[in-house]
Amino acid sequence: MSVQKPEELSKIDYKPPKTSWMDTPTVIKKGMFCWGAKEKSLKATGMPNVRAWSVADEDWKLPENWKEIFLEGLKERLSKYRSFQLFLDICVRCGACADKCHFFIGGGDPKNMPVLRAELLRSIYRKYFTTPGKILGKIAGGRELDVSVLKELWYYTYQCTECRRCSLFCPYGIDTAEVTILVRELINLLGLNIEWIAGPVANCWRTGNHMGLLPHTLKDTVDSFQEELKNLTGINVNCSFNRKGAEILFVNPSGEYFDPNGNITFMGYMVLFHELGLDVTLSTYTSEGGNFGFFTSNEMAKRLHSKIYAEAKRLKVKWILGGECGHMWRVWHQYHNTWFGPVDFLEEPVSPITGTKFENAKSNKIVHICEFTSDLIKHGKIKLDPGRNDNYIVTFHDSCNVSRGMGMLEEPRYIIKNVCNNFYEMPANTIRENTFCCGSGSGLNASENMEMRLRGALPRANALKYVREKFGVNTLANICQIDRAALQSLADYWVPGVAIRGVHELVGNALVMKGEKDRTTDLRGDPLPGKEAQ
Amino acid sequence: MSFGLSFWISLLAVAGLVLVAYVGVEAAHLGYLFGVIIPYAAFAIFVLGIIYRVLFWAARPVPFRIPTTAGQQKSLPWIKQNKIDNPSSALGVAVRMAFEVLLFRSLFRNTRSELQSGPRLAYASSKWLWIAALAFHYSFLIILLRHLRLFTEPVLPLVKSLETLDAFFQVGAPLLYLTDIVLIGAVTYLFLRRVLIPMMRYISLPADYFPLFLILGIGISGVLMRYFFKVDVIGIKELTMGLISFNPVIPEGIGVLFYIHLFLVSTLFAYFPFSKLTHMTGVFLSPTRNIANNNRAEQHVNPWNYPVKVHTYEEYEEEFKEFMKDAGIPVEKE
Repeated sequence: MSVQKPEELSKIDYKPPKTSWMDTPTVIKKGMFCWGAKEKSLKATGMPNVRAWSVADEDWKLPENWKEIFLEGLKERLSKYRSFQLFLDICVRCGACADKCHFFIGGGDPKNMPVLRAELLRSIYRKYFTTPGKILGKIAGGRELDVSVLKELWYYTYQCTECRRCSLFCPYGIDTAEVTILVRELINLLGLNIEWIAGPVANCWRTGNHMGLLPHTLKDTVDSFQEELKNLTGINVNCSFNRKGAEILFVNPSGEYFDPNGNITFMGYMVLFHELGLDVTLSTYTSEGGNFGFFTSNEMAKRLHSKIYAEAKRLKVKWILGGECGHMWRVWHQYHNTWFGPVDFLEEPVSPITGTKFENAKSNKIVHICEFTSDLIKHGKIKLDPGRNDNYIVTFHDSCNVSRGMGMLEEPRYIIKNVCNNFYEMPANTIRENTFCCGSGSGLNASENMEMRLRGALPRANALKYVREKFGVNTLANICQIDRAALQSLADYWVPGVAIRGVHELVGNALVMKGEKDRTTDLRGDPLPGKEAQ
Repeated sequence: MSFGLSFWISLLAVAGLVLVAYVGVEAAHLGYLFGVIIPYAAFAIFVLGIIYRVLFWAARPVPFRIPTTAGQQKSLPWIKQNKIDNPSSALGVAVRMAFEVLLFRSLFRNTRSELQSGPRLAYASSKWLWIAALAFHYSFLIILLRHLRLFTEPVLPLVKSLETLDAFFQVGAPLLYLTDIVLIGAVTYLFLRRVLIPMMRYISLPADYFPLFLILGIGISGVLMRYFFKVDVIGIKELTMGLISFNPVIPEGIGVLFYIHLFLVSTLFAYFPFSKLTHMTGVFLSPTRNIANNNRAEQHVNPWNYPVKVHTYEEYEEEFKEFMKDAGIPVEKE
């Protein structure tokens, strides 16, 4: 799909249309939406309204009583989520959130202002569920739900990456992600998911991972990594699948088996675990930490992730270690313990290397790899040569979910500072809790919506450009597989010359292993600083 | 609904309220209705309405622990936690909420983004909304407290101190209250930004203009009464003391301006529980702010958590057993 040049795309008109938003019909623009869910993907997980349909068609083949289904679903969710009810009731439209959304900043579409995105649903809520709205209609800010309104909701709910940046600035903590999550649930009652989400969900349901990798493929992939690592380091790195009695179950996003950037991050974990002699196993059954079910419905999210604890129980491990992923950690951190707790068949996590008790994870028994590794470094348990990363001038991109849905800000930075000599922060308004989304989160990292992704990535890319020009930054480190897969093409477009790297790739590069051969390359096979001639 | 329509409907609604009070008291002599019955009713609606609202929200469960974390989490002992913006304890949550409710902490974060040529995005700190919001809410609160003078005899010492403080500059006769100016100034600012900033105008509804006009009307009628068209203060106090002691009386000759003011205030009270103004109580219940971020350390229980359909390991192995065996991956059933 052809996309305008950066100079063209960044000419953004923030002027709202002359007609009021309720009277401005939404045009579904190519490049700004993802293809609709395929019949087989909906069928695989038993989703409603299984049929072939296309977003481009006038007729979306909705069920006869679609309006009733939608409104009943809305009513049910209002009674089940205080957040939802409250967020629909108390917005004062102060506008503080308006220019905090990356899609609005990069696109200028007023319906991408978080406040207005939520008003799209609020107006329906008022019309059907509040007395003033029922009586006064438009004057009370209500509007009828019809097919064009439903399509508008669909269009904009898949232009929200649930990054929660708006919720940080809202004086009442109104979280658009919460609204988007539940609108997506309603939309899914009508079979209107997008294929980029429904496909991975179907895969994950059957094969244990989004990519649809079968057990032997996973094994082959990891074998090839082992071979690669043998060549690079001279060491036979151990790795096991579905091994009973291991101390730790390691679960990571399956994109790491598939995406070239993710591959190297995974190799970073492998060398680290090997060097530590960690008693850890992978599982083919639970070969996915990410959760596109979370972008479908909370029920689907729970359906996909129940396997993680089930597998931990079956393999009789003591605790679970999780890899680098963004939304996976929002789900693991804020939802898992509620869905699956009490997790009394596992033990409170203790690092077998340092003896550190991970008190903050004592109940759900899941530790983030960055918590684990920073603890190792703090205790001096691994030998690191940061000079091996000297070709990298690094900045760090906080993933939305990990920063605003968890607050893990220092751990990855501590690791990077110990494995790299050149580290520079992007401007303060764009990092830590203020971080900008990559523009492709929440299951929107497809290719048919490239214009939307590029627009959404503008704020992140722009901050990156700033440090590139000021400090010569050429590497963006991150702890999210969607970032690694999606940001590379977005960076190439806005800030050519920046490589996207997982933090544990940098760890793997710097890790000095016992008995390794004279290293000339990093984990990518690129020459180490000073070894270029060889 | 267009900006023009939203604006005029709201303005006319408030103007209509003024007219209703004027005609009702001046022409129809319904002093008792406007001075006693409506204020009682409005106050009752306010109290019951707010209680209903809060109970309505509180009756809805908080299925998941979803705080917006705005700082470093509690993790390893040597990493400094941001205990306020990312609280892990009840105390931390209390402090976070106090900052939010009393100082509008989140609004304080506000920035303004600007796209410059290049393209270059710049973010400037933008505190005007925060300042205006603080100015508005606190001047409103002080004015409300000052009005306790009308409902206490002898007047509470707190009220007297507030009055002295509020008239700090000792100008004018009667003494000019700072909060009168601040309130009207802040409401005017909030109104102007709503109509002058294109995006604000675009998102605004009648429900945004109406309360602004209403509060402005209350402020202006109050100011007119105090500084310009003197009303019978003794008579007003007689009326208000009558209200508070449930012995309502309508003294003669208070002046219609008072009734207009009182009717607008009554409208605000009655309107409050059914409008966006309920953010006053709603903010306390906001799940992204009022719960601790200790989800992995303590289980949060969802009262409607239910079992879901899962794809079991047995089903998985059943389908892929041969592949697994060929690849040397252990299986349960050989």
